[in-house]
Amino acid sequence: MSEKVLFAITAIFNTPDEIIKAAEKTAENGYKKFDVNTPYPIHGMPNAMKLGRSKLGFAALVFGLSGILAALLMTFWMSAIDYPIIIGGKPYFAFPKYVPIIFEVTVLAASIGTVVTMLFFFFKFPNNSHPLHDSDYMKKVSTEKYGIYIQADDVLFNAEEIKKFLNELGAAEVGEIYWDDDEVSTSPKILEPKFLGFLAVTAIIISGTTYFGLNKLMFMVPFNWMMEQDKALPQETSNIFADGFAMRMPVEGTISRGTIPYPYYGKPELAEKLMINPLDYSEENLALGKKKYDVFCSPCHGYFGEGDSKLRGQYPNPPSIHSEKVRLWSDGRIYHVIAEGQNVMPSYSTQMTREEKWATILYIRALQRALNAKESDL
Amino acid sequence: MSSETKIEYSKKELPTSFGKAGYTLFAVGLVLVIISFLVDPVRSSFNNLIMLMFLSSIGVGSLFLVAIEYLAGAVWSVPFRRIPEFLGAIIFILPVIAIPVYFNMHDMFHWTHTEDVLSDEILSGKVGYLNIPFFTIRVVAIFLVWMLFYFLLTKRSRLQDQTGDQKLTTSNIKISAIFMPFFAITITIASVDWIMSLEPHWFSTIFGIYYFSGTVLAAIAVVTFLVVYLTEKGLFIKGIKTDHYYSLGALMFGFVNFWAYIAFSQFLLIYYANIPEETYWYLNRWEGGWIVVSILLIVVHFVVPYFGLVSQPSKTNPKRLKFMAIWILVAHIVDLYWLIMPTYSPESIPFSWMELGFPLLTFGIMVIVFGIKAKKENLVPIGDPKLKRGLDFRL
Repeated sequence: MSEKVLFAITAIFNTPDEIIKAAEKTAENGYKKFDVNTPYPIHGMPNAMKLGRSKLGFAALVFGLSGILAALLMTFWMSAIDYPIIIGGKPYFAFPKYVPIIFEVTVLAASIGTVVTMLFFFFKFPNNSHPLHDSDYMKKVSTEKYGIYIQADDVLFNAEEIKKFLNELGAAEVGEIYWDDDEVSTSPKILEPKFLGFLAVTAIIISGTTYFGLNKLMFMVPFNWMMEQDKALPQETSNIFADGFAMRMPVEGTISRGTIPYPYYGKPELAEKLMINPLDYSEENLALGKKKYDVFCSPCHGYFGEGDSKLRGQYPNPPSIHSEKVRLWSDGRIYHVIAEGQNVMPSYSTQMTREEKWATILYIRALQRALNAKESDL
Repeated sequence: MSSETKIEYSKKELPTSFGKAGYTLFAVGLVLVIISFLVDPVRSSFNNLIMLMFLSSIGVGSLFLVAIEYLAGAVWSVPFRRIPEFLGAIIFILPVIAIPVYFNMHDMFHWTHTEDVLSDEILSGKVGYLNIPFFTIRVVAIFLVWMLFYFLLTKRSRLQDQTGDQKLTTSNIKISAIFMPFFAITITIASVDWIMSLEPHWFSTIFGIYYFSGTVLAAIAVVTFLVVYLTEKGLFIKGIKTDHYYSLGALMFGFVNFWAYIAFSQFLLIYYANIPEETYWYLNRWEGGWIVVSILLIVVHFVVPYFGLVSQPSKTNPKRLKFMAIWILVAHIVDLYWLIMPTYSPESIPFSWMELGFPLLTFGIMVIVFGIKAKKENLVPIGDPKLKRGLDFRL
């Protein structure tokens, strides 16, 4: 076994006043690499050790600011870009309601960031050993004594002088601490296979349990979440009402929102006389009319209104809309036919809205005009 | 260490300039106040209410600081406990200041209009609480409770200067424990009665804490200012260190944040719930001229003190502490102005010489009360057994 390497010279004191004095004297003598270990925080110690201001606050500031920024971006992206929902009549990104989130994330980022920074910079994480571990010195200063140690790599280090100096201060005990053999290695701990293996195992365990928890456990029986609901399904008997239906029929005379009932059922003369097409010949109206005509009228009357659909010959022949009778009808009279039906033609009241019927009539007029153009059209 | 500390205190008179400043402020303020009451009694009553609430803040807030020191067994603040004790004497002036408000109640508080209340569903529901006899009883009871506890707490403290008896501290701890629930209830009732009921339709359950946060902040600010001032003039006990300054600064900084936290909580709940009975109170302060004061309040009461006190050196710098203490006192006035004045003038911001007379009088009263108490009594509780440890205090 090679010779042991000295880590530090330690001294143990019996009272907090003595340790403060010892720290002051040690700092005055110009030692830099020394530390004090006490069982509880002693007020005034940072001053006695001439530590100056800690720079850890800047780590907290940086992490806090990045927390603010991250939370701002997160809430903004979620609520205004990715999934915008209006909540309570407020803008997508209503700043006040995200302040608590920003605040919490800031506190979280600052505190975790500061602790992790401290672990890395001061405790040299992932290093998990220290020469003071398992020493008599550590046992004493973590129960009832007050200790100070001066490291061997201090510029002014001289073992004999320091021992004398500490004895003069009235130390109850002066001792030496050596490095353990395996602690002397210089390779960075972060690349050690043990540590990397530990990281890998931790990562696998966490991701595995997360995957299992989210994808398997959540959908196992009694966790069927939204599959069973208290609702009536179509075609199933419900026991809410005596007749087995889950819903009630609307009261007689109920009409759906926006509907205006057709008033001239059975009175074509009135429809002819009183109704006027409210729409203009515009591109939009004609396009709408063509669409509705192609959907609802063309199966029987044909795409050009000549009654030449596939139905011809299999059924009572659908009439042409180019007959003189239809050409002389007013718009209101055609509306009446669409609304009420005629002979075998059914009513289209429920399929088409008022506007669609009027637009269809405009299109029918255009078709009629195409086959019986006036001289002025040429 | 502790064996070296000696208590070196000899009673000295405050400099004459201190008393002179107090009487000048008082005289100028009083003249302006009297003139403004002759010119516009209603407006002056609202200003008078600001003065009343501000002096209540200082008086009861100081009493709270004394009680919390006993309860927490705090050591560091013992050397300057007398300062909040002196300021607590302001409580005895509060009834005098309340008189003008009380006699102008009909012009200030809408719920005193009986005929309007009966035709108003919401107000008639509150009539069991908001009626003049019960209001008067509450006001008198609150003043009596405050005076009683001031008397109980300071009597033993003064007695201790001669006897140095440990038992007096013990009994003061018990009195402080009894005082705490009374304090919580009285300060809530005071803020609800005097400020919130100006808009009787509006309600906010956090309002008591909101006023409390400003109260304690203002009290700490006055104490900080006086500690730094007296130490610099050499009138105070020797041994006040930067550690004490730092603690006062940190406490002030903490309560600046506490105020902002509470103020924002109140706003956020009302903003989020978006119920018309609640939101109109904020809309009144966000529309028209009042938006200026609202934004000013955020800057003056939070942003400036926050950045003024956030760093470690600024909490130990006496100049900075004195400046921020005065700043926070002004901010507390702005806060009360923002709470109270929109009821008087919902459209525009009333600001003229009338609004200046009342703060002058307020500060005059504070200085004079402190001066009188400091003449009669020791500035330091020299008999307190914790005093030595308080001077030894290290961070």
